[in-house]
Amino acid sequence: MIDIIRSLGRWGLGSLQRLGRGHLFLFHVLAGVPGLFLRFSLVVQQLFSVGVLSVLLILISGLFVGMVLGLQGYNTLVDFGAEESLGVLVSLSLVRELGPVVAGLLFAGRAGSALTAEIGLMKSTEQLSGMEMMAVDPLRRIIAPRFLAGLISMPLLAALFSAVGIYGGFLVGHGLLGVDDGAFWSQMQVKTDWYGDVLNGVIKSIVFGFVVTWIALFEGYDATPTSEGVGRATTRTVVHSAFAILGLDFVLTALMFGEG
Amino acid sequence: MPLIKIRDLHFYRGDRAIFEGVNIDIYRGKITAIMGPSGTGKTTLLRLIGGQLRPDRGTIEVDGQNVHELSHKELYELRKRMGMLFQSGALLTDLTVFDNVAFPLREHSGLPESMIRDLVLMKLQAVGLRGAHTLMPTELSGGMARRVALARAMALDPMMIMYDEPFTGQDPISMGTLVNLIHKMNEAMGLTSVVVSHDVDETAEIADYIYLLSESKVIESGSPVQLKRSSSQWVQQFMQGLPDGPVPFHYPGNTLADDLFEQKASV
Repeated sequence: MIDIIRSLGRWGLGSLQRLGRGHLFLFHVLAGVPGLFLRFSLVVQQLFSVGVLSVLLILISGLFVGMVLGLQGYNTLVDFGAEESLGVLVSLSLVRELGPVVAGLLFAGRAGSALTAEIGLMKSTEQLSGMEMMAVDPLRRIIAPRFLAGLISMPLLAALFSAVGIYGGFLVGHGLLGVDDGAFWSQMQVKTDWYGDVLNGVIKSIVFGFVVTWIALFEGYDATPTSEGVGRATTRTVVHSAFAILGLDFVLTALMFGEG
Repeated sequence: MPLIKIRDLHFYRGDRAIFEGVNIDIYRGKITAIMGPSGTGKTTLLRLIGGQLRPDRGTIEVDGQNVHELSHKELYELRKRMGMLFQSGALLTDLTVFDNVAFPLREHSGLPESMIRDLVLMKLQAVGLRGAHTLMPTELSGGMARRVALARAMALDPMMIMYDEPFTGQDPISMGTLVNLIHKMNEAMGLTSVVVSHDVDETAEIADYIYLLSESKVIESGSPVQLKRSSSQWVQQFMQGLPDGPVPFHYPGNTLADDLFEQKASV
């Protein structure tokens, strides 16, 4: 019994220490962000590897999610003779929820895990230590550009996901199921509010981008510098990011749409 | 006056003592070797000197500055005058050999790119790898990677270079090249070198002074000749590479008879 309490205590203290390290890490990274505007080329390089290389995955996934939404939505709406509202259903589902959430999950799986593995390997091969000894702060030179790139990429990827998803819903609704194209687009335009829906979706995606990139970079930076340690850190990035996205999505949805 | 002055150094990892009351002086212009069996904290000592780790007690002064009382900015300024060659080379894997050597110059010197190019090629010429400047680190052998890392460590013309196990895992030709380079660089550039190693012959060949570390303390120090003539059995075992002696061949444990009997009893 004493052993169980002791191990629980050790686990609790370890978790608190990690949480503290994570916040200190974030503080140092944020302190390095303003300096990046003088060396924006560092961010552009990372925008390519974090953002551009995720575009294909986002586009294909978005298209299929939109197509499924079109099919499922039509089957429900047609019972009430409301199939012309398919555009509204698809767009609100994507812009408010699925765009930020699914794009965030995909971003964590594709870019987040890659960031953790990259930073973890840089640590295990002493590249980060080497940089410190060359009087170059790795938090400013390596971590901060990746953080800013993640923060910029995520809302753009979520917007792409939603846009392609809406088009996927239209392809199925109009092309396959015969929903009137004018009704699809006009009802969507009328019922989708720029501030209430689109902007809230963008805010969600910025929050998810912030959290996922923070988790991914911290896990890599804090990884045990062995192949097993980097592997575990990569797994933790995906799992923790998924929990964080889904948990925060509930909180943000309650704040944004709870009173509606 | 020594360039590096270590006094009463205590450092622990958890409950395990790595250093307990270590005193070391490293003089300007000399090659000082820190030697000892694996796991005695030789690399840890370099990290303490470089300010990457903090001692639990004691002081480390480099060029008159207490490393662990410096602000972040002052420490980074000091590090610009300290080069370090890591055991793995620690080259940035997404940059070419040229860009690796140019990295500290681009970060700190503010020199135009044409001048950086000339400097990088000169540093690579010094380590014999100018012809390899377009290669990626993955295309280099272990010995070549360390030579590139040496060129990078010299890029900012530091006052001292710390070498972490520079000879480990090298073939005889690479080892000879590295021994020669460390010796020549030290003379030609007026450097102060700290070489951490357990390769006795190669290190004794170039070192002016050697500190032997074991069991958290400096066991003995002196010139290579003095250490080879030492009356200490431990020093003789280490310097001659004898398999048994004060450092036993067998890891401490039960007697063989006890273990065999115990195994039979449990079966």
